[in-house]
Amino acid sequence: MFDWLPFEWIAASRFLREGRMQTAAIVLGVSIGVGVIVFMSALLTGMQKNFINRVLSAQAHVVLLPSEEIARPLRDADGVAEAAVVQKPYQRLRSIDQWQKIEQQVAAMPQVKVVSPMASGPALAVRGDAVRSINLAGIEPAKYFRIVPLDEKIISGRALLGTEDILIGSELANDLGVKVGDKLRITPSSGEGLALKVGGIFDLGNKGANQRNTFVALHTAQSLLRLTGGASSIDVSVHDVYAAEEVASAIRAVADIGADSWIRTNAQFFAAVNAQILANVAIRFFVGLSAAFGVAAVLVVSVVQKSKEIGILRAMGASRGQIMRVFLVEGAAYGLAGSILGSGLGAAALLVWQQYVRNADGTPLIPIELDPQLFLLAAFIATLTGLAAAVAPALRGARLDPVVAIRG
Amino acid sequence: MPPGLEATEAVLRLEGIRKAYNAGRPNEVEVLHGIDFIMQRGEFCALMGPSGSGKSTLLNLIGLLDRPSAGRLAIGGRDTTGLDDRELTRIRGHQIGFVFQYHHLLPAFTAEENVMMPMLLDRGHPDARMRARAATLLENMQLSDWKDNLATNLSGGQQQRVAVARALAMNPPLLLADEPTGNLDSVAAQVVFDLMRRVNREQGTTVLVVTHNLGLARQCDRIVEIVDGVLTGDERLTLHNEPRGSRISSPLQ
Ligand SMILES: Nc1ncnc2c1ncn2[C@@H]1O[C@H](COP(=O)(O)OP(=O)(O)OP(=O)(O)O)[C@@H](O)[C@H]1O
Ligand SMILES: [Mg+2]
Repeated sequence: MFDWLPFEWIAASRFLREGRMQTAAIVLGVSIGVGVIVFMSALLTGMQKNFINRVLSAQAHVVLLPSEEIARPLRDADGVAEAAVVQKPYQRLRSIDQWQKIEQQVAAMPQVKVVSPMASGPALAVRGDAVRSINLAGIEPAKYFRIVPLDEKIISGRALLGTEDILIGSELANDLGVKVGDKLRITPSSGEGLALKVGGIFDLGNKGANQRNTFVALHTAQSLLRLTGGASSIDVSVHDVYAAEEVASAIRAVADIGADSWIRTNAQFFAAVNAQILANVAIRFFVGLSAAFGVAAVLVVSVVQKSKEIGILRAMGASRGQIMRVFLVEGAAYGLAGSILGSGLGAAALLVWQQYVRNADGTPLIPIELDPQLFLLAAFIATLTGLAAAVAPALRGARLDPVVAIRG
Repeated sequence: MPPGLEATEAVLRLEGIRKAYNAGRPNEVEVLHGIDFIMQRGEFCALMGPSGSGKSTLLNLIGLLDRPSAGRLAIGGRDTTGLDDRELTRIRGHQIGFVFQYHHLLPAFTAEENVMMPMLLDRGHPDARMRARAATLLENMQLSDWKDNLATNLSGGQQQRVAVARALAMNPPLLLADEPTGNLDSVAAQVVFDLMRRVNREQGTTVLVVTHNLGLARQCDRIVEIVDGVLTGDERLTLHNEPRGSRISSPLQ
């Protein structure tokens, strides 16, 4: 006996050892439940993180755009609408009013990390007979690369942007048959074109993006798109990506400008994630509930089996509280042991899953990190669940009539 | 009450104790019909009576394992009527030692741990003092060599000696034994009985023992008889008519 152990722990451990088959069965049951929960939670978190990483590596957290020109119904003096049908005006390619001032204002906000102006618009890329429609984005590399690390995605050439340089995606380079150093003619939808030299070819990990996206220096885009001195949008990155929408509304409040957060532009994804979280919570809840009922059932049986011992202990001066705590300790022990074994099972399942479920290129489909916090949380909740499940059986044991227990 | 009796308060005092099982239900049955009974400190008393006469019922009431339907029960001068479960448990732990017929040891614990249990329940954690006391008690029962054996690995006589040692662990003023020798052969029965008798002589422990064995009963200070829930006899033995170690068994058995 360990002297620091109180009576309740000593008795609980003896009873658990005495009924080792029952103990083993229920601990296994709880651990399967915990394993499922750990596995699912890690998978879901991994999927979310993975998606968010992908989205955010190619997109600013908040994009500022000129406020839309708003159409209002034509009304007469009495407020009666004369023209019922209101058409949205054609959104011309235009610059944000006083964008330098707004850039400064936004950059001064404490939540904001980097602000990067951009002049972008549609254009055609021509080489010989081949023509492709592209999106031409004029950027200030020093700022933009801190938002989208394009320089890290260059697969050929360099991420330098002189006045006559252009960075294109690998798909476009293939389609047009160009290499680094080749010339490419870029023609905007209206006006004169310009011959630019391919300075680098990048791979954004997405076919569409590699086909359409091209980058030039800001002033090059300004002159090609006839946005002299202007910026059609401003990219913003923030410190807390999940607070992007709040930052966007804060910006809208201080400047007459449109601000879209990545959370809003990926609303569909978040709706899907929320549905998944809800389903996951429901599954976790019911798995936990079934484990709890398993623990309660085993303890009810154990109380009946131990009723004679309970009676003897009561005759020797055991209080109701002491008897009750013995079974509470048993319940908590089932939960704790189950969660330790279950965390092991869950972690093993995750490793196996990661080993076998892979992308075509051999990288794991979803990179999963085993967060120790998840295991601590699982242990904590499972112990608490075991404790809660033990309350009813423990009360029953404590209320047992010692005379009946001893005679029976 | 005659003057002077208050001064030496009885260890045990029962007044008009009644006990009905299944009270308030159609199968209600009264088992004890008004028992008056007093035990003074240091008495060694046998309780005899035919099967079903209410001996165990009475012992369970005295041991505070059950509550009487009517009457007053005082232990060490303290009236137990109206005490709550916590207080009854406390008195049970400190004032009363219990030995049952079927030794009732805890099978998951060793002999020593069984003897320590009442002290452990009282103090919460094991300590060296408890262990020393358990060792002394087991030595007195000639069980030192068996202290680390699980209770289930001991013979019937050994188990009952462990049970007596356990009942004495808290050094209670009152020891209750319900047919402690009922399951033992006569040699083992005499050994257990002698151990209780010795504790009674050396510690002044008051002992009430239910037995069907007239030979053993004759070695007590007093024999009380119960028939159909009523005390019908109360005989004080001042001399031992039977030689010690008698193997004569009662015709009741
Ligand atoms: N829980 C109970 N419910 C109903 N009746 C009971 C209960 N316990 C005991 N009885 C009845 O009370 C009577 C006395 O029982 P008790 O056990 O006190 O007798 P006893 O004198 O100890 O007998 P024995 O010598 O056989 O042990 C018996 O008729 C028994 O059937
Ligand atoms: Mg009986």
